[in-house]
Amino acid sequence: MKPFIQVQDAEMVFTTRKGRFHALQNVNLDVQRGEFITLIGHSGCGKSTLLNLFAGLLQPTSGALICDGREIAAPGPERAVVFQNHSLLPWLSCLDNVLLAVESVFGGKEASAKLKVRARAALELVGMSHALHKRPHEISGGMKQRVGIARALAMEPKVLLMDEPFGALDALTRAKLQDELLKIVSRTQSTVIMVTHDVDEAVLLSDRIVMMTNGPAATIGEILEVGIPRPRVRVELAEVARYVAARKEVIDFLYTRHAHVEQAA
Amino acid sequence: MVSAVFHSPSDPVAVPAPAAAAGRPAAANEAVMPAAARPAKPPRDPIDWRGLALRVLPPVLSIGLLIGLWALATMKGGSFPTPAATFDAAVKLFADPFYRNGPNDQGIGWNILNSLGRVGMGFGLAAVVGIPLGFIIGRFEFANRMVSPLIALLKPVSPLAWLPIGLLAFKSANPAAIWTIFICSIWPMVVNTAVGVQRVPTDYLNVARVLKLSEWKVITRILLPAVLPYVLTGVRLSVGTAWLVIVAAEMLTGGVGIGFWVWDEWNNLNVAHILIAIFVIGTVGLLLEWMLMSLAKHFTFNED
Repeated sequence: MKPFIQVQDAEMVFTTRKGRFHALQNVNLDVQRGEFITLIGHSGCGKSTLLNLFAGLLQPTSGALICDGREIAAPGPERAVVFQNHSLLPWLSCLDNVLLAVESVFGGKEASAKLKVRARAALELVGMSHALHKRPHEISGGMKQRVGIARALAMEPKVLLMDEPFGALDALTRAKLQDELLKIVSRTQSTVIMVTHDVDEAVLLSDRIVMMTNGPAATIGEILEVGIPRPRVRVELAEVARYVAARKEVIDFLYTRHAHVEQAA
Repeated sequence: MVSAVFHSPSDPVAVPAPAAAAGRPAAANEAVMPAAARPAKPPRDPIDWRGLALRVLPPVLSIGLLIGLWALATMKGGSFPTPAATFDAAVKLFADPFYRNGPNDQGIGWNILNSLGRVGMGFGLAAVVGIPLGFIIGRFEFANRMVSPLIALLKPVSPLAWLPIGLLAFKSANPAAIWTIFICSIWPMVVNTAVGVQRVPTDYLNVARVLKLSEWKVITRILLPAVLPYVLTGVRLSVGTAWLVIVAAEMLTGGVGIGFWVWDEWNNLNVAHILIAIFVIGTVGLLLEWMLMSLAKHFTFNED
């Protein structure tokens, strides 16, 4: 099968005031349709940079990214992004935030009543129907991130890109949202690429875990097939041998072979 | 540790399941959101007399102190009127604020309205030019580098230095005064708008890029709302400046207006009227500021 998304020899060099910074090199990755991929690595390993390449928010210095047979040249709603800090517009209600996304994708084709139905459906999917008319500052961090996910899902993207979506949440809320994301993704069959630095999160959610070496000039160190059958249930997983093994492998990669050396800035 | 969390059983109380949340919205709100986060009005408590006194007493005290010192200083007489005399003069003055006895003798109401008209005109023009200019400077680095040195050079210039230029260009006092207001009140709006545009979080612009919003939608749905609080700060500062400048400008240009009125009363050696004018100018300035403050509060949004 031809891969849905391909990264071919991607290299990323930033030119900053302090000089050139080589963020990524020799990145090659194939993602199949419907796959859940997590990118994991220490901070500064360029995993967010790689996600921004998928999103089209950045262009690779050399190499190419191809999504569904087309080169990724610019950001677009078929590659929806869930941002780390939710990035909801504070002056719009939850419904209007989602509606803005829906309008930009389906606005030309559908009547406004239909668009509203879509927005409401997306918010219902993430369990936020009770807060349609609340502004982002009136709801909790976990709820904001739900709305952020609803906004992305409402666009019916080919790929869902998530940049540490639960990183800023407390542990209980994070676990709760991970469980819900599992359910939603199994229902929508979305292709997901998620950046995380949480080993448990990666093992719980993904089909494959892409482990990245430390920067500068980071690259993909290893790719792990998780191979735990779905549906996965959090409380049962702890005793699944494959889960323990996968977790150990990732931890081994991160802390033994590619331990992060904190650089003096 | 994350692993500890992993084993914890899901807590049905802390965060209600989505289905349950949808079913009983009120209960879900109660459970998830602290009451303080909501802008709901508190129930009507019995009036907090202590708090009220603490808020009302100090300003009353300071004004009383000022008037007391004033009365003490003017007890022995002299050219300075006592508070009582000033008050009497004010009562007489405000009894008929809208009389007209020829072009140089008009009621204080007309003087204030004329001054406000000039401020409105000059300030309005400054807003029409300054806010879009601020947007351009904020959005385009080239424009920023081009205009910034000019702003840095012109901003600290005293309003009165601009008056001769206005007189020369317009050959008439009134447009010259308006010009002076314009040039002095434009800078805060330009600078604040530009800063506002530059501080629009990149995240919001990234959202716009991912959603592929049209340029029009980027402006109306993202840039304008994000920048509005900054613009209003600029407007507030500008109105303050404009009102400061008008008195000085009118003293020099003459005509009907509160500034000229002060000068006229000085020539008449009517010090009570000058004191009244100072009080009136202060009050009008305060009202302008307060009006724009409440406007700004209405348009300010919470970031988190």
